[in-house]
Amino acid sequence: MASVEKGFDALAAQRRCLEYRRRILEISQQVTALHVAPAFSCLEMVDLIYSGLMRPSAEGLSPRFLDSFLMSKGHGCLSQYVILENFGVLEKSDLQNYCTPIGQLGAHPDFGVPGIEASTGSLGHGMGIATGMAYADRIKGDDRHIFVVLSDGELQEGSTWEAIMMAANLNLHNLIAFVDLNDFGGLARMSEGHPAFYPVLDKIRAFGWEAIEVNGHDAAAMHDGFLNRSRKKPLMIVGKTVKGKGVSFMEHVPIWHYRSPNKEEYAQALAELGEVSS
Amino acid sequence: MRNTFADTFYEAGTRDKRLAVVVADISPAGSIQKFREDFPDRFVNTGVSEQIMIGMCAGMALRGLRPFAYTIATFTLFRPFEFVRNDLCYQNLPVTVVGIGGGVTYSTLGGTHHAMEDVAVAGAIPNLTILAPCDPDETKAATLWCVEQTRGPVYLRLGKAGEPDFTSIAVDPWEFGKVRYLRNGQDVCIFSYGPIMKLAVELADRFEKSGKSVSLISVHTLKPLDREGISTALAAHKHAIVIEECVPRGGLAGQVKEIAWDQKADCRLDAFSLQDEFIHCYGTHSDLLAAHGLSIESLVQQLKIV
Repeated sequence: MASVEKGFDALAAQRRCLEYRRRILEISQQVTALHVAPAFSCLEMVDLIYSGLMRPSAEGLSPRFLDSFLMSKGHGCLSQYVILENFGVLEKSDLQNYCTPIGQLGAHPDFGVPGIEASTGSLGHGMGIATGMAYADRIKGDDRHIFVVLSDGELQEGSTWEAIMMAANLNLHNLIAFVDLNDFGGLARMSEGHPAFYPVLDKIRAFGWEAIEVNGHDAAAMHDGFLNRSRKKPLMIVGKTVKGKGVSFMEHVPIWHYRSPNKEEYAQALAELGEVSS
Repeated sequence: MRNTFADTFYEAGTRDKRLAVVVADISPAGSIQKFREDFPDRFVNTGVSEQIMIGMCAGMALRGLRPFAYTIATFTLFRPFEFVRNDLCYQNLPVTVVGIGGGVTYSTLGGTHHAMEDVAVAGAIPNLTILAPCDPDETKAATLWCVEQTRGPVYLRLGKAGEPDFTSIAVDPWEFGKVRYLRNGQDVCIFSYGPIMKLAVELADRFEKSGKSVSLISVHTLKPLDREGISTALAAHKHAIVIEECVPRGGLAGQVKEIAWDQKADCRLDAFSLQDEFIHCYGTHSDLLAAHGLSIESLVQQLKIV
């Protein structure tokens, strides 16, 4: 725990996320369709969870982390894959064989793949599974945190609210969820099509959670939110994000939920991201 | 059946600390209430939230517990169907989904509470084992198997309460994945499962009175189905009959016909199932079955038993 509490090197996180974005774009050149923009919007959250919040298991033990992470918004899993690759949990060849018959990685995370703790992709499942895990850990007396990343569209699933309510009923303060509030479903802006969806924060709090809203690309702010939690209730960090963050023509443009950039777009995207500073 | 399940589960739960039960606002019958009182940590009531009942079971199983989801069959299987499919079956987790009131057991509650398609629906999902005991003794055996098993998810289909004993003088013991001869005969074989075994027993009695020798077979494990056992029975009898409390497509009857076709069976084969129809009828369980054509009088007439 001590290493987590010491603080978080935000600059190092920025450097990592830049490398991850470049790697995701690189993978995008292998396939015609993938979820670049949804991965970019939650990247800082997922990086923070792996590099700043998850406690490692004892040396040499498997799994590598004592704590758990569920990518409930399964379509954001490229962010998880490139991070797991960086940690050496996934091999470079796994990423090279993404979405091919000889590979083990698809466009949604699959239970059984190294580092993947639940099969997601159908939205509204992660919170229920996480609630069960957090409850089991508590009754077994295991000190483990469960981290979950949800999409905002996923908050339209009734099952997500069933779990949110149940986790609060059970007082599962070992459960920490992040909402990737990028304001987009697959089709359009949430704020335009579903204005009653907002405000999100009040709804989460009304369901018995501790909740904060921060910039979802500001790892330090999210880290502070985690450190300053009351440890009395489950915690929801609502992160306002930009879908397609970092590449101007992808930002807030729904088609990039699915599409891979062509060669010219790829070059432009890399140029916009810039070089990784040493 | 419900009480036998509860007693068996309670007893196993005192020994095995991995066992937990997750209910969705159903009043715990018999020993489940005792389990709740004695092991409050291992009893969870999600309220009227069936999706999360299944989701939590998945998460608990991922942490090494052996959860049982427990409520009325329509609400353990139909309402949270995609959670059963994705969270339990796709991930192949050892969770038992207990469906109380399979078929039209809840005969006064109307069609919203009838699990007429439960076996067909459950049977379509890869990895899902289906157990459908016919009486309290089989319920005990099936429950104990669920407690110990490591195959993956199970749909344990139960009736309600007060089912009579059909198996204490059975020829065979209960064995997972094997058809079980309750009676051994030469002329007619009757395949059935679940509480409608009552009708199968009555039919066997009528055949025997008419001078026929009858094999009465409990197909308590519907998936994986004992194709070899069914095949052997089809080859050994001149007349085979399936009686099941399930819609006509997707249950046991169709599978027995497939097996018969595959082996070029030359026996006569009759199947009696629920109708492919929502029948608006209230009354006893037998009244509902009769409305679907599943009464002894109807069967005797159709089979021309003298």
